[in-house]
Amino acid sequence: MGRLYAVEIVYRGIFQKNLAKNISRAIVLAAHKEGKPGISFGRYGDSPERNGIPAKAFAIVATDEQTLEEGMAKYEPTQVDVSICVDDTLFKGVESWAWYGLQPINKLVKPGGTLIVTSLEEPAALAEMAHRKEAPYQLAVIKAQPSFSGLWVYKDDHTDVRILGAIARVCPELFSLASVQEVIRKDTKDELKATSALRSFERVTTYEVQPTQGNPEEPYKFEMPKWHEMRDGIAIPSIAPGHKMKDPITGTEGGFQPARNPTFKKYATRTMRPVVDFDKCIKCTLCWLACPDSCFDVTPENLYDANLEACCGCGVCEAVCPEPNCVTMVNETHFSDNSSQWQAYRKDAEGYKANLASLIATRPERSHGFRFRGQYEEQVPAIIQAAEAEQQKQTQA
Amino acid sequence: MAEAIITPHVEEPKKKAPAQGDETSLITGSEAIAVACQLADVDVITAYPIRPYDTVMQYVAKLVANGEMDCEYIVAEGEHSQFEIVKHASACGARVFTGSSGVGWMYAMECLTVTPSLRIPMIAMVGNRALDDPKIPSRAKVDAFLPRYDRKDLLLHPDNPITVAPQANEDWLMEIRRGTAAAMERSAGVIREAYADFERIFGRKYGNPFFEEYMTDDADVVLVGMGTLSNPVRVAIRQMREEGKKVGFVRLRWFRPFPAEELAKSLGRFKAVGVIDRDFSLGSPYHSGVVATEVRTALYQSENRPQVVGFICGLGGREVTLPDVRKMSEIVSQAASGKPQPATQWIGLRE
Repeated sequence: MGRLYAVEIVYRGIFQKNLAKNISRAIVLAAHKEGKPGISFGRYGDSPERNGIPAKAFAIVATDEQTLEEGMAKYEPTQVDVSICVDDTLFKGVESWAWYGLQPINKLVKPGGTLIVTSLEEPAALAEMAHRKEAPYQLAVIKAQPSFSGLWVYKDDHTDVRILGAIARVCPELFSLASVQEVIRKDTKDELKATSALRSFERVTTYEVQPTQGNPEEPYKFEMPKWHEMRDGIAIPSIAPGHKMKDPITGTEGGFQPARNPTFKKYATRTMRPVVDFDKCIKCTLCWLACPDSCFDVTPENLYDANLEACCGCGVCEAVCPEPNCVTMVNETHFSDNSSQWQAYRKDAEGYKANLASLIATRPERSHGFRFRGQYEEQVPAIIQAAEAEQQKQTQA
Repeated sequence: MAEAIITPHVEEPKKKAPAQGDETSLITGSEAIAVACQLADVDVITAYPIRPYDTVMQYVAKLVANGEMDCEYIVAEGEHSQFEIVKHASACGARVFTGSSGVGWMYAMECLTVTPSLRIPMIAMVGNRALDDPKIPSRAKVDAFLPRYDRKDLLLHPDNPITVAPQANEDWLMEIRRGTAAAMERSAGVIREAYADFERIFGRKYGNPFFEEYMTDDADVVLVGMGTLSNPVRVAIRQMREEGKKVGFVRLRWFRPFPAEELAKSLGRFKAVGVIDRDFSLGSPYHSGVVATEVRTALYQSENRPQVVGFICGLGGREVTLPDVRKMSEIVSQAASGKPQPATQWIGLRE
């Protein structure tokens, strides 16, 4: 039997669908240039995709047809040579559906395999964000803001070709830089993209993650019921109605906290989260009304606390809030827990405010893609400027 | 979802005076169905005109308009909605009825995929044609036979907060299907119980709930069929019997659950079996109708396997005539005497 190569691409549903598809497709085409057959496909259960929900695409390549056939007789590979994560907030884990539980981002990476990620974070910080793994693995970071666009539009910011160049570097037996550049040239007729792949190939460095590094938490998981344990008539209990909230300091009860789906935590759904300045809140209820996921808990004093078990990070609350800087969307990479902001505020108002101020002051720009026509064009000058600055830094070094 | 039995063959003493409260009337099969809906106190009926279901619609509409029947009568914008509406009404605790014919059923088909899994007791009529004089039972007897429709903890109601039919992917579907299959496995027992109750309350005896046999005791060959075939076949069999031909008739009442073992045991007694299909399954084994395929499958495990000849006839409501039945019976007799016959033959076809 020949050698089988498996690559997974973990992406955010809808926002990165085209990006994942482009990468997966190009991997197979590049390997094919070297006589290796392969197949590119999306995970069946991810369709229909939902905004921001973690989804997966795969590229399976083999040295011969028979080996490919044996590798394909699986729904999802159990191990991959290269795992690609096109959004660093997915390092907290992958929870695609209810009952799925939280899958560590590095779960499928085989011992010694490589996890490639686009991120502005440092490798050590990223390694800590991911779950611990028994065997060491390589982490390759492509310095970039995660590329988000949409189902019908594609943000052509070279993320795909940069990742392809990096794969040629970390797994040269899958395909060479020359092969993948050939595919890029043929597909895009854009020499600049072939150059981007080369730059990424040259610059990507790997960082070895040790078994001592990473989030030590056991990822939550759920036992799925056997057929005779399930209720007749495809009926499932509804989410319970909810209850009052209790102030952690005074013990006062009031407000309302809806109960939430216990089998779907949505922690991995967000790329941003709303942080609330409770002192600025005028209790207008707009965030609570507009939230499509009913994520706001009403506190005894009628403040609105974004419950992170329900928040998908869409940013509607920030958009509708009439008070400046009352609700602010902050990059999910800045947080390591999902506890209640209101509780933290009640326990230590001054500390909470200081932390809030620093989060807001340092927040990097984060976007779910195009919110209006022409937005990408507006972003282009900034991207070019950043690239030039990077180029200068490289030249000076 | 059995085909509506419009003209049941009732084994009861001849000329017996109607039981207390029962009423004999001359009505069409469609009207009888409307009356059955009335007696069953159906809560929601949906309609979309297509022959001959439209005649049921008319009779139901008349009953509602005359204040003789209290139900939500909804004329949907198509069969798809027609079947969806009753499904959801049933989930909320309503006793429901709907129906259609021919292509209307095809359009409604998508809605039917999840109905069994939801355990919705939906009666949907397949329109056909008949005229007979059924005996209309009294409301009191119907009430005694039909318990109040109670979905218990499956009832969709604010006091019973449940979600019905959530999206289910590859990680759930097999378990859901297995659950529905278990219910289907139990259904044979439930059907027997219901027939026994029916007999006790209405005083009408149907014998074996799954299929009835006519003049089979000493038969050499039999014809097998389902739906509206009884009249011409019975008459033809009586004629042939007079001529000394030992022909019998087995009429299936239930297609699902298919009474495979019981039927195979019965059919194993004969030298040859002719299956009359008033349907056709394009590209199926031996290019048969659906009943013939099921009968062959049922017989495969059987020790005695008679010759099976399939017949396609009466499509599109075309009449199955006495000569047609005699011809089919003749072909089956030929098969019984060892002369090979084609696996499927079209009868009553212009050729």
